[in-house]
Amino acid sequence: MYRYDHYDQAMVDARVAEFRDQTRRRIEGHMNDDQFKPLRLKNGLYLQLHAYMLRVAIPYGTLDSRQMRKLAHIARTYDRGYGHFTTRQNIQYNWIKLEEAPDILAELATVEMHAIQTSGESIRNISADQYAGAAADEIMDPRPWAEMLRQMTTFHPEFSYLPRKFKIAVIAAAEDRAALRWHDFALRIVRNPAGEQGFEVFAGGGMGRTPFIAYRIREFLPAAQIFSYLQAVLRVWNLHARRDNIHKQRMKILVHDLGEAEFTRQVEEQFAQFLMLKTDFPQAEYDRIAAYFTPPPFESGLADEVDRADPDFALWVDRQTVAHKAPGYAIVNISLKPIGGIPGDISAEQMELVADLAERYSFDELRASHAQNLVLPHVRKQDLYAVWQALDAAGLGGVNLDLVTDIIACPGLDYCSLANARSIPLAQKIAERFADLDRQLEVGEVKIKISGCINACGHHHAGHIGILGVDRKGTENYQLLLGGSGAEDTSQAKIAGPGFDENGVVDAVERAIERYRAIRSDGERFIDTFRRVGFEPFKEAIYG
Amino acid sequence: MKILTGNDLKTGAVVWWDGSGWSLHVEEAADAGEHADVILATETAACRVNGGYIIDGMRDGDGKVRPAHIKDRIRALGPTVRPDLTLKPADPAAGSWVI
Amino acid sequence: MVEPQFRFRDDPVPEEPAVSLDSFLDQSNASAVRLEAGDDVRLLLPVLDRVRLVEIDFPKFRDGRGFSSARILREAGYSGEIKATGDVLVDLVFFMRRCGFDSFAPDVALNPDDVEAALNRYPYVYQHAADAAVPIWALRHNHESHG
Repeated sequence: MYRYDHYDQAMVDARVAEFRDQTRRRIEGHMNDDQFKPLRLKNGLYLQLHAYMLRVAIPYGTLDSRQMRKLAHIARTYDRGYGHFTTRQNIQYNWIKLEEAPDILAELATVEMHAIQTSGESIRNISADQYAGAAADEIMDPRPWAEMLRQMTTFHPEFSYLPRKFKIAVIAAAEDRAALRWHDFALRIVRNPAGEQGFEVFAGGGMGRTPFIAYRIREFLPAAQIFSYLQAVLRVWNLHARRDNIHKQRMKILVHDLGEAEFTRQVEEQFAQFLMLKTDFPQAEYDRIAAYFTPPPFESGLADEVDRADPDFALWVDRQTVAHKAPGYAIVNISLKPIGGIPGDISAEQMELVADLAERYSFDELRASHAQNLVLPHVRKQDLYAVWQALDAAGLGGVNLDLVTDIIACPGLDYCSLANARSIPLAQKIAERFADLDRQLEVGEVKIKISGCINACGHHHAGHIGILGVDRKGTENYQLLLGGSGAEDTSQAKIAGPGFDENGVVDAVERAIERYRAIRSDGERFIDTFRRVGFEPFKEAIYG
Repeated sequence: MKILTGNDLKTGAVVWWDGSGWSLHVEEAADAGEHADVILATETAACRVNGGYIIDGMRDGDGKVRPAHIKDRIRALGPTVRPDLTLKPADPAAGSWVI
Repeated sequence: MVEPQFRFRDDPVPEEPAVSLDSFLDQSNASAVRLEAGDDVRLLLPVLDRVRLVEIDFPKFRDGRGFSSARILREAGYSGEIKATGDVLVDLVFFMRRCGFDSFAPDVALNPDDVEAALNRYPYVYQHAADAAVPIWALRHNHESHG
């Protein structure tokens, strides 16, 4: 994985010093919170329901054991012993003190981490396929480009005071594991008929109160021109976006208002301008970065068989591991969704255990997924049993990848000052209702995604079953949505009908799933059946 | 009653105006009445509270202060899904006060 | 004209008052123009040869349109003064300098020491902009050629 050189380190260290100075000015009263807020947000520091919250960037979801141990240390020393993995591959701490925030950033800098641009109206941390560099179905590792873009979008002088946040994702496989087209700017690495590397480019996606799926703005962009193209997109948006209504300033709204054809025309015009300025980095720099992502030294001649004598282990292998590009290896998914637990939460002790496993069994690499799980990307199949035993002993041996209980949930009203309703208790109740593993396996893939407000951090628009918490006259109420997807078959979920209270929505989810079981054809997932039959059979089941 | 709440600038802890200063305990919240705006402006300007705002509240049957909205009751107690991290970790029924 | 608090140019300060973009485009003898945040800077490009001063207003510090406006002027070859006015906070000045601003007239005067510190905070930059700073990627590869 990428390592900072003295330039990268100097930039992050300077950021820590700057934030220490800004924090001092705030605490000494030289700045009010209106002035301080955008500065702390650019360093990932929110004021939340109970305390400050710090969001730490995990660029393209990749971590090593040293970094994970540092995250555990921060959880234990500065927080309350745990962290929360988010739907954008970041980690959040919920109980941070402002006066200690600069010290935490300084600790992170010692392991080449930061919280730069993890919030505020800036270019956010770049997300990627959590299986990058390991997946059997990718055409290359997308992370060199993600790292390139990380650097080029850090402290960009023209685009540091954007109309709203701006989210980028990069993948290099046909299967979309990164919710690609729900991003403002999304890249899929492809090759053209001549074999040249480039990007299929999507623009204008986003969730929130006005969801849009990104449209394809370029079928093929030569890879070396990506920074010019990105700057062109950002400039068109920066110049033309509304600035009078924060709910209408995301790029998706401008794309919608101008129309795709006009937005594309303006981007192409600016793109020609940026190409003349020669701001793109050279091949030599790409090669330097790509060298950090050369595959680890996989052993050859390993056995491809797994001893399935232990039935619990066999269940875990079948569900939690996926095909690796190297023979004899597997990608291991670690569930952060124990039945009755809090989706995405992990204790400091569990972080350390996972770090140990990564170091010992996965070439020192770890990944975070947007579905709030962790990944050991490169595990020898002969080591799977030992890995499973260690995970299981630490409460991390859950078997539910992409099943009913693998629920995405935002922190909701238990933690978030923007929320209208709690998300976590609902996720817990649904998981408990479907706790029986045989039943989950029988139901198959169902992606349930819960948001506690219309900002949609819990991706409810992209859920096969989405749930949106709203405030109805001071009490929590939940709307049920059906038919969304964040995968390569991207679609936007639609509201099924009147809302429910907490127990009512759990019943409604169960009725929808039972109706699916009753009417599905062979091999159909929940979403497939929904697409075939439409809303009516489900509405009938849910509302009777 | 009108209650003033916000967060401590340095620690971020949820605090409640108790009539003379800021308390961690909602039970000690005072009715700021018609002076709420003035008190909040003064305290904010002096950096003694961060992100302060005024909410409605009432006294329940036992005379205890109860914020009108669930969000502020969760702020007053702590996350309902982590009773161990609330202000009343030893009281298993504390969460029911929120709902 | 709004008096600059900081000016990073040696030429004489333009005396002429800045007029609105519409007026400027109507008056062939004006040489100083004032852009509001929503104005399209590209309308100036055909008449750049008679511009000596462009004032770009920041109605709120969060409104970043002026960064693009300044950079577009520099990309078109404009070498006259670009002055930032309005809600100009110390934490913006570094980015403004990089986008081509070379004078500053904030609504609320800035502490010169804070400005100095902000301008020297970052030892390097990651990308080209309107200033002469060399991006890190270029330093990396020049370093090799210089041994």
